[in-house]
Amino acid sequence: MLILTSLAALGGLTLILAAMLILANKKLHVEEDPRIDIVEDMLPHANCGACGFPGCRPFAEALVSGNALPGKCTVSSEDGRVQIAQFLGVDVGAEEKIVARLACAGGTNVARNRARYQGLQTCQAASLVSGGGKGCFWGCLGLGDCEVSCDFDAITMNPFSLPVVNEDKCTACGDCVEACPKDLFSLQAASHRLWVACKNLDAGDEILEECQVACTACARCAMDAPGNLITMKNNLPVVDYSQNHATQVPIQRCPTGAIVWIDEKKGVIKGEQSKKIIRKGERPIASS
Amino acid sequence: MKTFRHGIHPGDYKDLTRHIAIERMPFTDELVIPLSQHLGAPSRLLVKEGDKVYRGQIIGEPAGFVSIGQHAPVTGTVKAIEMRHHPSGKLVESVIISRDPYSPQTFYNEHAMEWESLTPGELISLIQHGGFVGLGGAAFPTHVKLSVPEGKKAKFLIINGVECEPYLTSDHRVMLEQFDDVFYGIRILEKVLGCERFYIGIENNKDDAIALLNKRIPADMNGEVVALQTKYPQGAEKMLIEAVLKREVPSGKLPIDVEVVVQNVGTIAGIGMMFRFGQPLIERVVTITGPGIEKPSNLLIPIGTKLADVLDYCGGLKENTRQVLFGGPMMGAPQVYMDVPIMKGTSGILCLTDEEVTIREEYPCIRCLRCVDACPVYLNPSRLGALAKTRDYEGMLGYHVMDCVECGSCSYVCPSNIPLVQRFRVAKALLREKQAKQRKAS
Repeated sequence: MLILTSLAALGGLTLILAAMLILANKKLHVEEDPRIDIVEDMLPHANCGACGFPGCRPFAEALVSGNALPGKCTVSSEDGRVQIAQFLGVDVGAEEKIVARLACAGGTNVARNRARYQGLQTCQAASLVSGGGKGCFWGCLGLGDCEVSCDFDAITMNPFSLPVVNEDKCTACGDCVEACPKDLFSLQAASHRLWVACKNLDAGDEILEECQVACTACARCAMDAPGNLITMKNNLPVVDYSQNHATQVPIQRCPTGAIVWIDEKKGVIKGEQSKKIIRKGERPIASS
Repeated sequence: MKTFRHGIHPGDYKDLTRHIAIERMPFTDELVIPLSQHLGAPSRLLVKEGDKVYRGQIIGEPAGFVSIGQHAPVTGTVKAIEMRHHPSGKLVESVIISRDPYSPQTFYNEHAMEWESLTPGELISLIQHGGFVGLGGAAFPTHVKLSVPEGKKAKFLIINGVECEPYLTSDHRVMLEQFDDVFYGIRILEKVLGCERFYIGIENNKDDAIALLNKRIPADMNGEVVALQTKYPQGAEKMLIEAVLKREVPSGKLPIDVEVVVQNVGTIAGIGMMFRFGQPLIERVVTITGPGIEKPSNLLIPIGTKLADVLDYCGGLKENTRQVLFGGPMMGAPQVYMDVPIMKGTSGILCLTDEEVTIREEYPCIRCLRCVDACPVYLNPSRLGALAKTRDYEGMLGYHVMDCVECGSCSYVCPSNIPLVQRFRVAKALLREKQAKQRKAS
């Protein structure tokens, strides 16, 4: 008998609640464009935010409502973007390829450490301990926070503990920009091949003691560049990318190789008069 | 004997300098005074290159409420104003003063200040312009703590003579040698705060200081010396309040919310000195200690003296010295550059050798919860550490990581050598950065 009453009570409750749920589902139903689900499925589900939207779902909504074009998704393959465009009947939308660029070239073979950091092996932690021990205050600490933060394996640390960006894999999601405690990464159009790989704000040759590829603010690049393409600001050359910057002239006389040409195929090209770095090992710690 | 709950018992290693009297260090040729030696806005510059400055002259004025004055520690000329290395690892705008070798270096304006007729507001302004910060290490401007907000009342003043960091003895020596200044300073703070009673909290590894101050309390003052059981981190403000008064400061609240103001004993002595002789904060007592220094000492050092000069004066570093820290071994900051200046918040210089600096391999957490038993603010470092490892900083907020006082007790007791406090420091820095960004956006 007891079993029967409890069965009846619970069964009745189930029925009532189920009825309420069915009613609620009917009454409160939100009409949603079915295409959003389909478009979301076509997207790569990386939720990286490179498109400027919080994730793939909001981007799909924007696509369907016509507020964005598929070209904004840098993670999809070319085919994937075309497929979405055809499905929605819109333009693919040509977006300029954007990549992350590192404004430092001070690997362990050229840049000196003033102290050996032995704590928690992340750049963020090291930068909290007296700046991390690198001789150059602005330079890359080389512990690879950016490599860890990159969801696309686009960043690898080279043998000299300097991150290298694989431009094909980079989606410009900006995670490395946030991860770097020294703010060395920035998102740049891939066509910005003339690049200042240094953030040292001191003028003069003293910095060479700390890093052999630092910018000494000699301003030769600014003098050689056509027109006012390059101007010196805070002891660093600044390239005005709104002008035509497809020239390798400014890098040629750079004594240290702080301003470089990042070639699509050949990688980093230094100027003819830039000092050649042949050291393969680590620079010894400076005693001060 | 009174104390707080949780905490750890590291060895105190204070015998190296405990009995060495304070000695005045000679003036060096060049001094570097960073305009930001405190928490808050950097001071506004008042001098320019080539100016002649006198010992004790103001060279930077407060730039806002949470900011203080800076003074020339020597008579000389302003050689340059440029960016210099700061003990925190940043580059900070600093005034470089080269000493006048022919000056007698007497204080240029020695006089006792008439303070009994001044209002608390005027006294607070004098302390702010005198450049006072907490000399215990955090360098929080003293006058901010003394400015009691509307509707709140400071019933008790606690003088922090705990000095719980191992090795350091500067506060100990100040209590033994400058107790007159300490009591004079307390009188002034009592006038500012209008408090009922003061307590001087001292750990029982300094029994000579406890006995001496007990004997010397002036008969007309209402206060007592509280002997505390030796335990780390008793010198943290909130722990000290719990130990002395059995009052707990709630999360996110300040000592003033439980009617208490805490000041370091060195700060009090400095304030006493200013009102007795008119001398602002231009020098402080620093303990130079550790197995890596030839001659451990307690020195009275002009603020702005370079670290390398201080080490030279103490006989230099030993061959196997590996690390030089500003502060104690638990919370001190390792130094990279030897030309950084001694600042207002530098309580000690600790030189450690190969033997003390060991790197241990990290193992997985075994859930022993020794860190939970050690944490003085009742957090769960084990859980926080796991979240930090996966970089779930938002999740850490839910476990109150912002209440962490970064004392390092959790890392100290961890049998798996997990760098817990280091991870929390990173998380706190990132979360603060994020909050600042959000505040700016909204």
